[in-house]
Amino acid sequence: MRATPLPEFMLEPAFDPAGSSRDAIGASAVAAQGLNIRHGTILTLEEINVSFDGFKALTDLCLYIGVGELRCIIGPNGAGKTTMMDVITGKTRPDSGVAYFGETLDLTRMSEVEIAQAGIGRKFQKPTVFEALSVFENLELAQKTSKTVWASLRAKLSGEQKDRIDEVLQTIKLDASRQRPAGLLSHGQKQFLEIGMLLVQDPQLLLLDEPVAGMTDAETEFTAELFKSLARKHSLMVVEHDMGFVGSIADHVTVLHQGSVLAEGSLAQVQANERVIEVYLGR
Amino acid sequence: MSLPISITVAQKAGPKLTATALGVVLTVLVALPLLHLLPADSAMYVSAYTLTLIGKILCYCIVALALDLVWGYAGLLSLGHGLFFALGGYAMGMYLIRQSAGDGLPAFMSFLAWTELPWYWYGTSSFLWAMCLVVLAPGLLALVFGFFAFRSRIKGVYFSIMTQALTFAGMLLFFRNETGFGGNNGFTGFTRILGFDITAAGTRAVLFLATVALLVGSLYLGFKLARSKFGRVLTALRDAENRLMFCGYDPRGYKLFIWVLSAVLCGLAGALYVPQVGIINPSEMSPTNSIEAAVWVALGGRGSLIGPLLGAGLVNGMKSWFTVAFPEYWLFALGFLFIVVTLFLPKGVIGLLRRKSS
Amino acid sequence: MPTAVCRFFLFLILLLPLASHAGDAADFAAASPAKQAKLLESWAAAPDAARLPLLEALQQGRVAADSDKTPFIENAGRYQAVEGAAEPVGSPRKLRLNNRLRGLIASAMASHQLLADDPAVRLAAARHLQKSAKPAQLGLLDARVASEENQQVRDALSLALANLQLVDSNPAVRLAAVRLLGETGDPLARTRLETLLDPAVENDAGVRTAAETSLAQVKRKLLIGELLGQAFSGLSLGSILLLAALGLAITFGLLGVINMAHGEMLMLGAYSTYMVQIAFQKLAPDYLALYPLAALPVAFFVTAGVGMALERTVIRHLYGRPLETLLATWGISLILIQLVRVLFGAQNVEVANPYWLSGGIQVLPNLVLPYNRIVIIGFALFVVVLTWLLLNKTRLGLNVRAVTQNRNMAACCGVPTGRVDMLAFGLGSGIAGLGGVALSQIGNVGPDLGQSYIIDSFLVVVLGGVGQLAGSVLAAFGLGIANKILEPQIGAVLGKILILALIILFIQKRPQGLFALKGRVID
Repeated sequence: MRATPLPEFMLEPAFDPAGSSRDAIGASAVAAQGLNIRHGTILTLEEINVSFDGFKALTDLCLYIGVGELRCIIGPNGAGKTTMMDVITGKTRPDSGVAYFGETLDLTRMSEVEIAQAGIGRKFQKPTVFEALSVFENLELAQKTSKTVWASLRAKLSGEQKDRIDEVLQTIKLDASRQRPAGLLSHGQKQFLEIGMLLVQDPQLLLLDEPVAGMTDAETEFTAELFKSLARKHSLMVVEHDMGFVGSIADHVTVLHQGSVLAEGSLAQVQANERVIEVYLGR
Repeated sequence: MSLPISITVAQKAGPKLTATALGVVLTVLVALPLLHLLPADSAMYVSAYTLTLIGKILCYCIVALALDLVWGYAGLLSLGHGLFFALGGYAMGMYLIRQSAGDGLPAFMSFLAWTELPWYWYGTSSFLWAMCLVVLAPGLLALVFGFFAFRSRIKGVYFSIMTQALTFAGMLLFFRNETGFGGNNGFTGFTRILGFDITAAGTRAVLFLATVALLVGSLYLGFKLARSKFGRVLTALRDAENRLMFCGYDPRGYKLFIWVLSAVLCGLAGALYVPQVGIINPSEMSPTNSIEAAVWVALGGRGSLIGPLLGAGLVNGMKSWFTVAFPEYWLFALGFLFIVVTLFLPKGVIGLLRRKSS
Repeated sequence: MPTAVCRFFLFLILLLPLASHAGDAADFAAASPAKQAKLLESWAAAPDAARLPLLEALQQGRVAADSDKTPFIENAGRYQAVEGAAEPVGSPRKLRLNNRLRGLIASAMASHQLLADDPAVRLAAARHLQKSAKPAQLGLLDARVASEENQQVRDALSLALANLQLVDSNPAVRLAAVRLLGETGDPLARTRLETLLDPAVENDAGVRTAAETSLAQVKRKLLIGELLGQAFSGLSLGSILLLAALGLAITFGLLGVINMAHGEMLMLGAYSTYMVQIAFQKLAPDYLALYPLAALPVAFFVTAGVGMALERTVIRHLYGRPLETLLATWGISLILIQLVRVLFGAQNVEVANPYWLSGGIQVLPNLVLPYNRIVIIGFALFVVVLTWLLLNKTRLGLNVRAVTQNRNMAACCGVPTGRVDMLAFGLGSGIAGLGGVALSQIGNVGPDLGQSYIIDSFLVVVLGGVGQLAGSVLAAFGLGIANKILEPQIGAVLGKILILALIILFIQKRPQGLFALKGRVID
């Protein structure tokens, strides 16, 4: 049950070396990392079941994210949104079901670290940054590079890496507080810092759990623009309650309800769906 | 949040002051053993008692530093560092006791009517192999324990309890006569080291200097690590391990590295402690000793490297004074110290000093 | 001088026939120890119901003789003649008995009790004779086996007889005896049978083979007894661990606080028991036997009070900083230990079992279950049930569980979290106090009492899972039994180390302990 036929451009490997340097997130390494996305699907979830002591958090969940797609996930509380992200990032093991990243990587058999290294980045519901470290150091740690013990013992930032961090600092507007400990940032700033950390981490699939909670309208608008610029080169999955925000970014929306997909389509289609109105949007 | 702040504060608020203080302390530490070489009636003479006491405290300082690396940076409070310390000490002790025993078996083994050395003590008559054991015994034990503990993500108080149980088990094992560790009395009665008389002023001075060198070396290493990306990863790990994993870091390797390094430092400290103090016995492994080391670090200030040295010096200085002056009240004082430090001095003495200076 | 001694002996010899006319008691009172032994042996071989009161009195050490060597039985300060109605001349003096005589008295008593009406008394007597019977009693036993009606008593008697028949001159009798002994689980039978394997002792090959088979049987039975004994001491250790760990599980589960001073709560509970014992000795010596019962509430309230005071003054300020709490409570434990040392001395104090907690039930020949341990197992389960009821059926329990699961939400719902913390901490400490009362009945009471239990009880909490009563119970008994089964195989120390290794491996599989709530991972 593929949701919708994918647009033409998504079938091409999303790799564009020429235009990369000016993009907010730099070169996407999809092809470089050898992730097999031949069929244009970056994430495949089929028949996922998760239960906690008899409570079924996810029931036969099926979901596909296309390469370069920006997908919004909405649904009432307890619909299983965060559990789904836990399954994708390896934090929770499904009782049954199939979860593939690209065509070949079986997420149910990979550890959290392996999944992160394979190219899935996650932003938590509650912003979590390394509070004792400065903003700059947060980004330095998140930056895409070898992350073994040995490498970090010898690590020295190259000029290129520094420039990249500076660039992201400007993008997330934290340039002025680069030396401040991250723990002293405001809630919204922490949200941006975490987004920034995702940017330097340069994953192919970004999972964003309520990214604009606690942001002002201007910030929300800015985030929407940022996400839109990220799509196509990267795949994004955004969980959000703010329907205005969803409307401004999403070309494709999935509604979760009681652990499975209730409806899928454009925002307008979903909003017109009787059952969605009944369980979620209200009249 | 101590690391970056501490470094910036140290850099800004008084690099000169800090450097001067460190220089003075180092000069005194180097001068002490030389003064011990003076004739005993000289006014500047430093007695063997004083030198041994300070040497002992310096060994404890190294333990405090090692503990700070795992607790202050990686957030792993070990209540079993006494075990690593004692393992290093026992390896050294065996070498010393065999030096004293000549070709025969150590006295305690003959006393048990043993005719052969247990296999794990083979080769301990060689100083080099004994030194290898000093590193390997605590290192391997830490590696195995750490591997399993970190693999199952034991952390926080669980980790502390497991390490405490580990050192307790070690103590029970070493208490037994038949395990070949000298039982209750441990190893003592050393006379020679590398052919030199162990009580000679020159030997004492050299051992003391070696301890100072090890301390300075560990401190340098600690600073290097703390300022490297590795140190920042550790701090990140302490505060938000999950986030770090989603950044693609495998915390196990990082924890294991610092944990084993810390254990080896403790082992080395133990190896220098034994020839100076002249005895090693299982009570060094008692949980009480290890948890006392935690209060040195807490009192001095976690995650500051210098602080724990201060803490170890202060507590042990106090202890030597109290146990002579009011032996009844030492435990009261120590108990109150635990409470006062945790309630009122979360950043330790070093935090107080910094607040004053800024 | 020699003539004087001779005269004295002559006098004694002349006296003897006179005394023997006077009756057994008088004979006994007048005889020398060697003679007394002979008398007892002859009585044991030919019991007479009339001697029972005398033997009983002898066993209780109540027989006295006056200057005329007339025997009297002392009864609450009054002396009554054993035979006839004589009045004591002068003040009677207690007969002195040595250990050999005491053994003989017990044996004679047993053979007299074989005539008793009560089958239970006869059974006990027969069991006693299994150990103590002398060849002289062979005839008696033979006769009793023939005439005994009660099956159980007869079996016991045949065994006692078989023991004696092992040296019979007739090989057929010996063979039958050996076969019979094979059916017992008596450690003594094992040594007896083992000697028979030696051809120098037993010349009949048939008897020797039979002895071998019987020995194997006995050994099997002894093994069962040993295993049961290990299981029982495992249960006993488990119940103690449970009492120590239960309070810890509550405070750790609720507050996330590792209370290193928890062991000292056990110690305070034990010292409270000691104080109550002293108070009873001083104020109400008649009711001394009841002091452990009185100690229970005292220990509970003392330790609960100390716990609540600690919570309010120190621990309250450290919530959310578990490692610091660990250090602070360690400091508290140091202070408490030293305080007790200063007040009561560093030596162990003596806490005695009342009569109803001493002794035990003999289940198998090599298995005695001490009453104090049985009572403690029952007591531990009782405390668990009580705790469960308190946590699940009361308002306080509801509040405690609410705070355990979500502190902020509970606070929002109007649960006074501060008060709940204090009460829960008090409850945890109070349970430890109860554990201290139990510990005082089976071990030494000293300032270091708590230290020896703290690590084990933490392991119980780690293994059982936080805040899980069922997990704690299972983990406590599991650890106790594992400890006691490993102990005889590989030694106590290696056993402990092995268990630690097993726990570490176990946590690999189930990091949250035996029973853990699963749920969405909240970061």
